[in-house]
Amino acid sequence: MKQFFLQVFAILWKDIRCELRSKQTWFSMGMFALLVLVIFNFVFDLRIDDKATVAPGVLWVSFLFASILGLSRTMAMEQEQGSMDRLLLCPVDRRAIFLAKLLGNLLFIFVVELVALPVYIVLFNLHIFVGALVPVVLLGTVGIATIGTMCAAMAATTRARELLLPLLVFPLVVPVMIGAVRLTEALIAPLPNEPPWLGLIIAFDVIFLGVSTLAFQFIIED
Amino acid sequence: MALTDHTLPAERKAARVAGQERDTKLPLVSLVLAGLSLIGGLISAWMIFLYAPTDALQKDPQRIFYLHLACAWVGMLAFVLLAVTSIVALIRRNERWDWISRANAEVGAVFLTIALVTGSLWGRPIWGAWWVWEPKLTATLIMWFMYIGYLMLRSYMGRTLDSMRVGAVMAILGAIDVPIIYLAVNWWRGQHPTQVSQLPPEMLLTMLVVLLTFTIFYVFLVMQVYQLQRLQTLAQRLRLLVMR
Repeated sequence: MKQFFLQVFAILWKDIRCELRSKQTWFSMGMFALLVLVIFNFVFDLRIDDKATVAPGVLWVSFLFASILGLSRTMAMEQEQGSMDRLLLCPVDRRAIFLAKLLGNLLFIFVVELVALPVYIVLFNLHIFVGALVPVVLLGTVGIATIGTMCAAMAATTRARELLLPLLVFPLVVPVMIGAVRLTEALIAPLPNEPPWLGLIIAFDVIFLGVSTLAFQFIIED
Repeated sequence: MALTDHTLPAERKAARVAGQERDTKLPLVSLVLAGLSLIGGLISAWMIFLYAPTDALQKDPQRIFYLHLACAWVGMLAFVLLAVTSIVALIRRNERWDWISRANAEVGAVFLTIALVTGSLWGRPIWGAWWVWEPKLTATLIMWFMYIGYLMLRSYMGRTLDSMRVGAVMAILGAIDVPIIYLAVNWWRGQHPTQVSQLPPEMLLTMLVVLLTFTIFYVFLVMQVYQLQRLQTLAQRLRLLVMR
């Protein structure tokens, strides 16, 4: 068991070191998220009074788009440099590879969110309890990253990976997006009689973490 | 053929196996199914337009409902069967199950498209809008996107064992997700119940006949696409043999 987590950590550390040296993915993801926020500001003309109904959607769409950008990069890098083949040659459990990739992607998205969230609150001039928003963002991101890591691994084997990835990810993450947007909305302006969205997101995360960990070996098998 | 001498025995065997598994029963079964769907189609048309009474509130547009329901049923049945055959293909490692999966996806996508279009045509006179973000519609639309994503993934990956495994995993993920999506969309936009039990007996009978006809037609189509998949795989292998 200890060996397993050491393997996960070794692969994760490799990804982090690669990223720390190039700094490409984090930077472009972060700038992209900020730009989406700014563009949405023009699109919806956010001086309007019903800010509470528009702002959560803006936040989550920018997170989702930035995640897609990063996800397709991290998997494509593995394929282009041929490091995926070498990873598969290592005597490592396939589940360890999946978990390491997932944690790496999660970390990338979290860093981006860490930058984007304060900017979002400042730009949109929101009064929101950040302490309650953090768990919602964390749980929602776990769902997006799990589906995203699986789909990125699938799309990475094709020629058109950047094109294909959003087509695969967006339909699958619909429940997380609905739940996360509704929860964020409830934090800005409390809504009566909301269904248990948090439970739905947690259930989604648990189910897909389990299924993906088991099914990942079939995707990368050679 | 002299060229085949340069191939490996395993490849020659693969090509032979792909060429020889010609089930002689299939054409007969296909013919019977085709005949049944033709007769069923004629009876359905008669029942929909002449036998079933006109709905008191919705008038004639209600007749679209029979076609719509049957197409939606087949589209969703194919989605479930796609997941089942994908699991079997993963376990058995047999490309025949993969051909069935692909056939299911292609036929199911067509039927679900028809279901969405007919639903929209029905919605215009009844609801006054081509599209309403109602839970069942929304969930069906997302399911349709999954079909398209699956088919695109498969077509990009080509006809390989990798493609079989990746496609199977995608189908399984989608099948697990659909109930969650339906639940989420339902919570998002309240309930919208439909009562089938209150239909008059003539309408119910028409509905059942159309459903049965479309299910038979679906099986017929899946068999045809399966044959097509088999022949395409065979053609690809023969091409590889000749090109060597």
